Amino acid sequence: MAGSRLSRWFDRKGWSDLIVGAPYIWLLVFFLLPFLVVVAMSVATKTSTAPPISWGGEVPLVSWEAYARVFGDGLYLRAFLTSVLNAAVAMVLCLLIGYPMALGLVRVAPAWRNILLMLVILPFWTSFLLRVYAWMGLMGRNSWFNGMLTDAWNVLVPVDWAVRSIPMMNTNFAVVLVMVYTYLPFMILPLYASLERLDPTLDEAAMDLGSKPARVFWDVTLPQSIPGIIAGGMLVFIPAAGELVIPTLVGNASSPMIGRVISDEFAQARDWPMASAVAVVLLLMMVVPTMLYSHFQARAEGSK
Amino acid sequence: MKLTRRSTLAALTGGLAMPYVRPSWAQAGTVNVYNWSDYIGETTLADFEAETGIGVVYDLYSSSEEAQAKLFAGSTGYDVVLHSGMSMGRFIEAGVFQKLDKAKLPGLVNLDPELMKIAESFDPGHEYGVPYMWGSVGMTYNLDMVKERLGEDVDLADLGVILNPETAAKLADCGISLLDSPTDFGFMVMKYLGIDPDTAGEAEYEKLAEAVAPIRQYVTTFDNANYLTTLPNQELCAANTWSGDYGVAKTRAAEAGIDVNLAYFVPKTGVPGWFDFWVMPSDAPNVDNGHAFIDYLLRPEVIAACTDYTGYANANKAATALVSPEIAADPAVYPDAETLSRMYTPKPQTDAQEEAMTRIWTKIKTGG
Repeated sequence: MAGSRLSRWFDRKGWSDLIVGAPYIWLLVFFLLPFLVVVAMSVATKTSTAPPISWGGEVPLVSWEAYARVFGDGLYLRAFLTSVLNAAVAMVLCLLIGYPMALGLVRVAPAWRNILLMLVILPFWTSFLLRVYAWMGLMGRNSWFNGMLTDAWNVLVPVDWAVRSIPMMNTNFAVVLVMVYTYLPFMILPLYASLERLDPTLDEAAMDLGSKPARVFWDVTLPQSIPGIIAGGMLVFIPAAGELVIPTLVGNASSPMIGRVISDEFAQARDWPMASAVAVVLLLMMVVPTMLYSHFQARAEGSK
Repeated sequence: MKLTRRSTLAALTGGLAMPYVRPSWAQAGTVNVYNWSDYIGETTLADFEAETGIGVVYDLYSSSEEAQAKLFAGSTGYDVVLHSGMSMGRFIEAGVFQKLDKAKLPGLVNLDPELMKIAESFDPGHEYGVPYMWGSVGMTYNLDMVKERLGEDVDLADLGVILNPETAAKLADCGISLLDSPTDFGFMVMKYLGIDPDTAGEAEYEKLAEAVAPIRQYVTTFDNANYLTTLPNQELCAANTWSGDYGVAKTRAAEAGIDVNLAYFVPKTGVPGWFDFWVMPSDAPNVDNGHAFIDYLLRPEVIAACTDYTGYANANKAATALVSPEIAADPAVYPDAETLSRMYTPKPQTDAQEEAMTRIWTKIKTGG
């Protein structure tokens, strides 16, 4: 009987198979299949039908023109460069600001810890878009915030350099600032998780052996928190590099980030193959280093 | 319940059929409308529902690109969609829209024949769309801020104020915003340069790029919506906008209690006019209700209320007398003969034109 065989399999190891298989099925259905659709679109040809793509009538059915443009046209390369640079700067700043905060969270008295952790997560209770709009208000020429910075600037620098207002909105600076603000919790939380697991007796041992606190941090704490740094770095860098909303709202069209380019190609130029090709290249740029890292990480752990 | 093959199949079929079951009862009395945000009268939808008993499922977009991408992908489920005239030809060609049944639209007689003649260049024979609002492309200036920098007697109807690097440099610190749309800003500048956008090709577009390049560094942003906030807040002093936007910006400033002196100018070298149409996607599920909705908006008193709220002129001749006199007398919204003579109706772009323009437009925006 088929039914009894099924139930026997289920009794024996059904649950474990299902639980192990679920993430793979999830990846297959919600990542791999949509990605293959995008890959297929990237080798299509633009047409004036609905939907505006076709795979042509002649052999070969695919066209590599979109990829040729991605690597041939300076605009796309520049947008990739802007995205990677902005994301890298945001990541480093998040690390510099987030690390002391995470360390503080670990070292503070337990009663305070939960309150402070709550404060890190608190901004998520408000819509992300709303918080970006709040920054737009702060950075605008006529805001009290900009006015305060302008006054400070005018006091500090020679009279010749005095300005009416500091141009912050619609600059690359604004993009990085808002990205650091937005992604900071994604850096703090993995760092906190990794620092919290460290054994405090190791610090004490180092100090017993005569290390000064700075030296203890450098020799003991920092090396042990590297997995947290890498996890936080990736959580910041990857979404920041593909960011669309922040550069659209506070950025400048003269240095577009790649997310904006994809959106413009898709919607404004109605060039789906081109948008798909850029998206595929972006994904490979993000996924290949991540996979290489986890591959070597697994090998390093296996050899221990 | 025992899990048998039959019960699993039954559950599966039932589950898979769910999405198709729902519309069959919903069809009795709804119409699915897709419109620009803030682009209809305050009570129009509620009034329509109360009178006809047809429920309105109302969905909004804030960029025409977003709406067009959805329409091109198909199966939107919308019955009535607002669409800009400029790109209509392309969508008709692609078979996205269906022909309207004029027998179901008795209100068509209310439309202004003069305007219908202009609108025909977007929709030959008026087969696919019913004109809704219309207007011009122009410049909204913050008079106080601009005159403080350029002097009292600057001629703001001259586009040179923006395109001349010397004057643009003086406005850079109070903010210049340009429409992120080659067929609006680009066409306006081409008219200034004496180029006919209808026949222009790659070489002419290059001239457009050359004309914008020297002022690119003084342009704060290319944007189609945020100026509605930044103009009232005095973050901008010169914005390339559509005609009704200046009214919206003024209203918002008044609501926020900000005293700001905005004015709208149509450059004398000529600007493109625009029309928005109600259209029906070819796969619209509620064809009759869709027609009923469009016909309701053809009633003079209904469309007049829409104009009062949105600040845009409508194409309904019978409605002009019902529009609030303040708006009907504003030449920025209802253009006078002088302004009308500066407007022209662009022809839809060909594929080759569109492709060249898209490429050069990116170059213009990125400044290289």
